Amino acid sequence: MASNNSIKKTLIVAFSLCVVCSVVVSSAAVVLKPKQVQNQELDRKSNILQVTELYKPGDNVDKKYAELITPRVVDLKNGKYADNLDPETYDQFEAAKDPATSRTLSGQEDLAGIGRQENYATVYLVGDPDDPEQIVLPIRGQGLWGLMEGFLSVRGDGNTIVGLSYYDQSETPGLGGEVDNPRWKAKWDGKKIYADGDYQDPKIHLVKGGASGEYQVDALSGASLTSRGVTNMLRFWLSDEGFAPYLARFHDDSQGGA
Amino acid sequence: MAKDSVRDVVLSPVFKNNPIALQVLGICSALAVTNSMSVSLVMGLAVIAVTAFSNLFVSLIRNHIPSSIRIIVQMTIIASLVIVVDQVLRAYAYDMSKQLSVFVGLIITNCIVMGRAEAYAMQNGPVMSFLDGVGNGLGYAVILLIVGFVRELLGSGSVFGMTVLPTVQNGGWYVPNGLMLLPPSAFFVIGLFIWVLRWFNPEQVEKTEYRIVANSKAKIKETANV
Repeated sequence: MASNNSIKKTLIVAFSLCVVCSVVVSSAAVVLKPKQVQNQELDRKSNILQVTELYKPGDNVDKKYAELITPRVVDLKNGKYADNLDPETYDQFEAAKDPATSRTLSGQEDLAGIGRQENYATVYLVGDPDDPEQIVLPIRGQGLWGLMEGFLSVRGDGNTIVGLSYYDQSETPGLGGEVDNPRWKAKWDGKKIYADGDYQDPKIHLVKGGASGEYQVDALSGASLTSRGVTNMLRFWLSDEGFAPYLARFHDDSQGGA
Repeated sequence: MAKDSVRDVVLSPVFKNNPIALQVLGICSALAVTNSMSVSLVMGLAVIAVTAFSNLFVSLIRNHIPSSIRIIVQMTIIASLVIVVDQVLRAYAYDMSKQLSVFVGLIITNCIVMGRAEAYAMQNGPVMSFLDGVGNGLGYAVILLIVGFVRELLGSGSVFGMTVLPTVQNGGWYVPNGLMLLPPSAFFVIGLFIWVLRWFNPEQVEKTEYRIVANSKAKIKETANV
């Protein structure tokens, strides 16, 4: 054993162990990388499909996505498509971190509690891109414990909700975590966002107990702060700061008979 | 030590010498990942794999490890294995790895893994060390599954995601116990389980280290006052 403790032996063992371990770790990372990227893609696609309610368990996600969905990048300022950005490569979450492609929200504006907002957002059009059946909008905002990220799907009139679903949230299981409950999610279908074409002021919100009418959805019981977070993030992303200019175009289109 | 039978090495850590229930090691992850059975199962398998292979590799090179850096050598092997397991989960069980998030990485800090490497693999041959790792990982996984079963059943009314008790939120009759979905409940469940285990195996009960005796000061005071 004494020879094991010589400085030379110690260095040799430490060095060769490090080499072997780093080779093992890096080859695992490199070999498995394509599979992991594919998983992330698949996960994103199935999240988008699920909010449209056109996806049934067992469907081939890749095929269905390719059939139905066209991603486009929207300029949030004027609601026009930004054709200079490729929706396949544009990452709005990265963009939100970069001062060149995002802006700081003042405390008053920042209803959703996200701090910075990107200038361009990726939307997903279902069906014919020129006259979509549904429009899937990415939304995010603070819940009780952390950021909640999800998709809101709206019908082609730009005003009727199909569904709301969160793919990343850390709300209290059993209370705020019920945002994932299919029964609660089903309540969003058919609700309206804006009244009388007033795009300045989204009307949709959560109410405690006994939601009535087309602008109200039942809040989650026992989760006031999560419910407030959901209302605030909808009000933010559907306001002038968010997708209102974009959604307004669908209203005009349908009136103009396009 | 080298005379341990295969059966003993694999099975005794499950109930007789359970790493969680008797040695109370690895509690942190047992609290965090046991709110559903499928997550517990994957975590259990990950720990079995890491403990078994870290024991194997440590045992293989045990005669060459300088004692001055042995802990670091063990940690390096364990950490590498954990990263490999994490990468494999991300590639082949993406949903699970999302739910387990940082807790796969935290297997590195699980005392069971290093405890076995230091206590067993440093003295025993590779095959027995590997089996010892499997046994201890199994002991950990069994507790995780038991805790997961109780928590998922009472907290969400389901087992492995299949509804057993239809909950009120889904139009059934069962009012789920919200506490069961939160980490503290695992403390209670593990505590109760340790109690049950020791009831059946009284030899696991530790000797009382001290005994509370009647307070003698009060009496003296009383007489002084009189």
